[in-house]
Amino acid sequence: MNLPNQEETVTADTFLRGLWEENPVFVMLLGMCPVLAVTNSAINALAMGLATTFVLLCSSSLVSLFRKLIPKQVRIATYIVIIATFVTIVDYGIQAISLDLYNALGAFIQLIVVNCMILGRAEAYASKQRLGATVVNGLGMGVGFTIALLCLGGVREILGAGSLFGFPLFAENFQPWVVMILPPGGFFVLGGWLLLFNWYRQRRERKLMEQQGASVHGS
Amino acid sequence: MNQTSAPQSAELVAATPSFAMLRTLGLVAGLSGLLVVLTYQITLPLIEENKRIAIERALFKVIPGATSRRDFVATAQGIVAADDRAAEGTLVYAGYDEQDRLVGVALEAAAQGYQDIIRILYSFDPVCQCIRGIEVLKMAETPGIGDKIAKDPVFQENFVELDARLKADGSGLANDILMVKHGTKSEPWQIDAISGATISSRAVARMLNDSAQQMVPKIITYLDRLRDPGREKE
Repeated sequence: MNLPNQEETVTADTFLRGLWEENPVFVMLLGMCPVLAVTNSAINALAMGLATTFVLLCSSSLVSLFRKLIPKQVRIATYIVIIATFVTIVDYGIQAISLDLYNALGAFIQLIVVNCMILGRAEAYASKQRLGATVVNGLGMGVGFTIALLCLGGVREILGAGSLFGFPLFAENFQPWVVMILPPGGFFVLGGWLLLFNWYRQRRERKLMEQQGASVHGS
Repeated sequence: MNQTSAPQSAELVAATPSFAMLRTLGLVAGLSGLLVVLTYQITLPLIEENKRIAIERALFKVIPGATSRRDFVATAQGIVAADDRAAEGTLVYAGYDEQDRLVGVALEAAAQGYQDIIRILYSFDPVCQCIRGIEVLKMAETPGIGDKIAKDPVFQENFVELDARLKADGSGLANDILMVKHGTKSEPWQIDAISGATISSRAVARMLNDSAQQMVPKIITYLDRLRDPGREKE
């Protein structure tokens, strides 16, 4: 609506922000429910990531198109109806592609509706930006989410089942670390990735500061 | 980011006519309905086909030698072909070999496992009166422990020829199908449990026993109809 208009021009940063600076999983910690629940194998993680990306892209585009039409009072209801529509479409789509995959993902496909990353994008970005910027930004966020899910799913499948995308990686005598594909493993691996991410960010920030000649932290 | 706009929008809130809200919600709901119905209609045949493939894959796996199938429904009155829409009851899948001879009957069974209901498909061979194989259709057992019921070769050996003979009066099984502790199987109607997965193993034994007690007498009684479905062929 008639907000102070901050429509941004599409740059590489519009896309890349979702991958790194504002990565929905590793930085914003949004949508943790599917992140922890369905990443017990790489293929599940990839399917979940792609499904979420599709919903995010379609719902953000529609919200962006309708942004001038949606009154403030009913915006959340409108966003949820739009998101739920695309989730239902994805639900049927996955059933049509593969029933095995559908059974493996279980209730988490329907739960994309309440993924706060998608509602967050609609509220904080798509409702204020032009279609082009929304699509690019949504794609970036979706790809960032998918990569993050793959990072978790890949590590958990390698450690917990000794395979990647279903292909066995080790010899017969490999003893799988079963806890990694059980729910606690999700927390362990997420914690590990967050540790790595934050360590790297801090190190980079420190280097940047040293380059500017401002040794603030004194470390 | 959006907090900054809250004070300004307070005045706008009062000014928004309810017509605008109705219009937007109506429009979005209509569009949403259209999209969902369109997707449903496009994907429905594909989903049905996927379900059929999934059932046949499981069916031909549990019934050794089967190459085609016909569906029947076991009702209170007997067993009728599944195309009879009025019939309500348990689905019975009959498997036939290339000469169209009945080689086995597959049935679904379910019971509470460790986490959730376990659903399996098992086959009954009317010649030896035994269970010839099981295939897990759906489960949420612990990976690496309970989910062994689906793959563990030693556990699967239980179902190569699991005794399910009828009592002389035909009212039920001569011997209950029972789970026994790992390594203590001594009778052909016992199921050797997976060590460490007793609850999941017991669930399999219980669902097989419950289903077989009820269904085997019916199958034996109406065996001719299953053997010679020619009379009911379309």
